[in-house]
Amino acid sequence: MDLELSAEQEAFRLVVRDFAAAEIAPHAEAWDRDHHFPVEVVQAMGELGLFGLPFPEAYGGSGADLTTLCVAIEELARVDHSLAITLSAGVGLGASPIFHFGTEEQKQRWLPDLCAGRALGAFGLTEPDGGSDAGATRTRAVADGDEWVIDGEKAFITNSGTAITSVITVTARTAAPDVAGGAGKGEISAFLVPAGTPGLEVQPPYRKMGWHASDTHGLSLAGCRVPADNLLGSRGQGFRSFLAILDEGRIAISALALGCIEACLALSTDYAGERHAFGKPIGSNQAVAFSIADLAVMAENARNLTYKAAALRDAGRPITRAAAVAKLYTTEAAVTATRVATQVFGGYGFVDETPVSRFYRDAKILEIGEGTSEIQRLVISRSLGLPVG
Amino acid sequence: MNVVVCVKQIPDPATPGALDPSTNYLKRDGKLILDDSDAYGVEMALQLVTAAGGGDVTLVSMAPNNESSGLRTGLAMGAAKAILVSDPSLAGSDALGTAKVLAAAIKRAEPELVIAATESSDGYTGTVPEQIAALLGFPSITFAKSIEIADGTAKVDRQTEAGYDEVSAPLPALISVTAGVVEPRYPSFKGIMAAKSKPVDTITVADLGLGADQVGEAGARQEIVAVTAAEERQAGEIVEDDGESHLKIVQFLETQKVL
Repeated sequence: MDLELSAEQEAFRLVVRDFAAAEIAPHAEAWDRDHHFPVEVVQAMGELGLFGLPFPEAYGGSGADLTTLCVAIEELARVDHSLAITLSAGVGLGASPIFHFGTEEQKQRWLPDLCAGRALGAFGLTEPDGGSDAGATRTRAVADGDEWVIDGEKAFITNSGTAITSVITVTARTAAPDVAGGAGKGEISAFLVPAGTPGLEVQPPYRKMGWHASDTHGLSLAGCRVPADNLLGSRGQGFRSFLAILDEGRIAISALALGCIEACLALSTDYAGERHAFGKPIGSNQAVAFSIADLAVMAENARNLTYKAAALRDAGRPITRAAAVAKLYTTEAAVTATRVATQVFGGYGFVDETPVSRFYRDAKILEIGEGTSEIQRLVISRSLGLPVG
Repeated sequence: MNVVVCVKQIPDPATPGALDPSTNYLKRDGKLILDDSDAYGVEMALQLVTAAGGGDVTLVSMAPNNESSGLRTGLAMGAAKAILVSDPSLAGSDALGTAKVLAAAIKRAEPELVIAATESSDGYTGTVPEQIAALLGFPSITFAKSIEIADGTAKVDRQTEAGYDEVSAPLPALISVTAGVVEPRYPSFKGIMAAKSKPVDTITVADLGLGADQVGEAGARQEIVAVTAAEERQAGEIVEDDGESHLKIVQFLETQKVL
């Protein structure tokens, strides 16, 4: 059993680590405070090739794989979750649907800029009335001549309102009259909606508990018209396939959670060695030392689950369950890890000058986005053959 | 335009280095990385080749055990190939011995320009580039903070304590660059993968036509007789502001010749 990444992946890890230390870490606190999306740094990440990692060179990608993307996300997350999720969503939700389901023309049009980080894509799936229940999509698309007219609301859409957002994949119910006999009643299709399309309104950014430097908006679509050619994938049949893409996204989120746990471990270890109380470093107290030992176990588990799932994906094996297991464990562990780290830092963990306070706020969403912990348990329990309720 | 960049592979400064107690030389047995100060030269060379509209950047290095990890970093940035001189007889080389080896290796690449860092981050002798230039018969310009090539001439802004001098030299020339010369790029994953298959010509002292007695400890004219720990940094002086402390600042700046 080979648990090693390739020498090239490890070399790349150090490059991303250097990049994050030089270009992100010095500013992370200010971006968090100011709710600032650092578009120039996102573009620098693009120049580094991060957004094109798992895509072929023909579309401007690097021809790498999900494992390598996970390495990059992990390293960014050790420093800044917002930039890590910007990458994860940009690749997994922005570019990936177009790469997997787009026509050659659609790929040629959108992917080169997305891979280069000159542009960002977003995925408009979640709606205000239905998060996990993606099948309950209420947004509708109606054919009108050689156009589709889309009406509806989307919620919590990452990267949808940045200065470089170029396209949003919007899922919508494609209803009668086009489908004979009402067969399309449960039919959901996806459409490429270019940024700035009349009728697409990007709502003001959310006020969030964490991920302050990540771009998240609600979207309103009112009479939003796109050409018939902007249908992504085949009509009505793409929905299950899109869910398969979400499996990859879950592995990417696991990598983000892993980076978070590792940062908590490293910061806590350093601090427990430096901070003195009652005449000795606080790390010499077993109460502190053992809680940090637990962080080391979490990091090890998170690493193994994340990279196992990524390796399965890169080997073309089924990943639904492995992705759910990885996502469930790593994100819940990350939330625990930030709580432990904050406790180790004491009062300094509660003020914004320390990264652990930011990580504490940032981590909670990991248990919610890209499938809540409950959805992951649902996926896992169903894979066990338990009766479906 | 073909440019050679002299690069040094050094023990990772992030992990504490150690001296061999019998020779007082830095231990270089483990994995070596590209000296950070050489990344500026590689970047400068890549930019000059791009500006010239063609040519190659060749890295030249000397390291034990055929070590090429650091060279891969430079190749991942975009250098086309590398020449690595690796030979057990090179252990204990002094600056001049190193310069002889590098000069002989550089000749093979027939460059129009040789770039080096001002000094390495581990040895800090800061003399190798000029010795190479002398051995090659090239003019040498040190401390470049910018380089421009036009009509077979290198125009250089040369960093000085007070500012900079504008100097020039006909090519081929050797120029040592400061950390301010350009901002090195980060190698991309594509670059790292491409570097895997770029040629590293690994050669010995004999391949260069040098005798083993001219290099290494045998040929060294320098001997490290003793090593003492650097003096610990002293605590700074704290001046309580009594309304007159600005005068002390001015006085201090004057002693530093800043004013």
